[in-house]
Amino acid sequence: MVGVIARRVGRVLLVMWGAATAGFLALRLIPGDPVDVMLGVQAQVSDALREQIRVEWGLDQPPLIQYFQYLGRLLQGDLGVSYQLRSPVIEVIAQQAVPTLQLTAAALVLALVLATSGALMGRGKRMKRVISLLELVVISSPTFWIGLLLLAVFSFQLNWFPVASSDGLASLVLPSLTLALPVAGIVSQVLRQGLDFAQGQAFSTTARSRGISPAGLVARHTLRHAAMDTLTLSGYLVGSLLGGAVLVETVFARPGLGQVAIRAIIARDLPVILGIVILAALVFALLNLVVDLSYRFLDPRLRASRAGVSA
Amino acid sequence: MVAAGILLALIFLAALAPWLVTGASPFETNAALSLQPPSGAHIFGTDQSGRDVFARVVYGTRYSLAVGLGATALALVAGLILGLGAALGPRIVEGALSRLIDVLMSFPEFLLALLVIAVVGTGEANIPLAVALAAIPAYARVARSETVVVSQTGYIRAARSLGVHPIAVVWRHIIPNIVGPLLVMATIGVGTAIVTASGLSFLGLGPQPPTPEWGIMLSEGRNFLATAWWVGVFPGLAITATVIAISTVGRYFRSQSEVALS
Repeated sequence: MVGVIARRVGRVLLVMWGAATAGFLALRLIPGDPVDVMLGVQAQVSDALREQIRVEWGLDQPPLIQYFQYLGRLLQGDLGVSYQLRSPVIEVIAQQAVPTLQLTAAALVLALVLATSGALMGRGKRMKRVISLLELVVISSPTFWIGLLLLAVFSFQLNWFPVASSDGLASLVLPSLTLALPVAGIVSQVLRQGLDFAQGQAFSTTARSRGISPAGLVARHTLRHAAMDTLTLSGYLVGSLLGGAVLVETVFARPGLGQVAIRAIIARDLPVILGIVILAALVFALLNLVVDLSYRFLDPRLRASRAGVSA
Repeated sequence: MVAAGILLALIFLAALAPWLVTGASPFETNAALSLQPPSGAHIFGTDQSGRDVFARVVYGTRYSLAVGLGATALALVAGLILGLGAALGPRIVEGALSRLIDVLMSFPEFLLALLVIAVVGTGEANIPLAVALAAIPAYARVARSETVVVSQTGYIRAARSLGVHPIAVVWRHIIPNIVGPLLVMATIGVGTAIVTASGLSFLGLGPQPPTPEWGIMLSEGRNFLATAWWVGVFPGLAITATVIAISTVGRYFRSQSEVALS
């Protein structure tokens, strides 16, 4: 058991190292002088000043030295300083991370609720058709379009929700709904298929023959089986949520990491971009680790085979 | 399914011969007609510069389909090569490529595309590249697992033991047998590519106005949501309809190929 965890953690570290190195290479691959990027293309700067900037940022060292300095700083949690904003990248990210986290968490909860109700409601023939169609539309629509529609209808026409603000629960409703819908569509499909599959299994027939009601069957048995498939997807889901958060924050003019990232990309503020990439890599690696480990924890069949009992 | 097929045909027509679908020009501005609601003269209304929204949507089809098909084709070929390498290469290459594919797969596609844009810069030409690179890991992973399965089969072993050159084995036997699932992925992948591309444009990282492109039209439409909803809603409807049509047709082909295999 400890060996499994150790190996997984090792893989996380490997991924982190890979991401950090890839980021470093990407920075070096970009054509042009980082000093130019920092100063802006129009700046007329003396060579002496350029040299000074170069030394200040450690860009005069040979690439290999720079690489190890970079790794060293990373291990201490120093992600560098933003070219554009002149403040440490960590600060920039920390300030803007909270709204994004709120949005993603709310969207995740909402998505699970919507998906579960969608899967449970789609039992009858006609309901199944309707729900399937809804799922298809929701999955195919671009997130930003859904957001636009919701904004148009609920904020501008009906005035139920504020148009552009970030305080309070009311401003969280539409953005998290927008973010949650496509994810809910996919989870709903997976859950429904999982429920159908589990219902066809022998244990379901046994349980029913012992007198458990259809609702009880779902609640106590099949839902748990279907949920396992969802767990497999959860890495992809959170990734999808985080990616969509960038778009949703733009549509609803919410502050957050999305705005930070886009502004950094347009301004070619490489330390910030790199910081966000490394942070994202960390989040995903940890998430996959947690999902991987909880898999073994939740599914007794995997546990049993480890102990040498034939599955 | 039939409806989706018809819709898809219409979309292709709009892409290849926009002038057949609409008489108006997507670029012609007319300040007097700005922000007109949908009417007989302008089915989708006009935007803030007086341009016909319907014409812009139809001309935008060309760009979106081109990016969707082009990026997907590129991703498929590159993913195929990468997957082959990850399955058949010498031990070190195999391990490195497989690790790389796994790491890249853990990122969502949109974020990968965003990352590529961050490295190569914004602009109309970079969008297809970003979309393609972001899609490659998925194809590579499928190519790798399919290659592993196929290379264990009897006919491959027979070919090798007969002395057929490894490259010929790959070219004549392995590739034709793994291309199927990849093509099926691609039919749905085109839809995803279109959404990713328009998403990047929406964020302002792609073509700039006045180019008629669905993503930037949505972004512009956002500013007029209170007064002229049609500027933003119809391009988005075009994206959704295109993706639904492509997905439905793609799923149909997938079910057909599964029937053929069983």
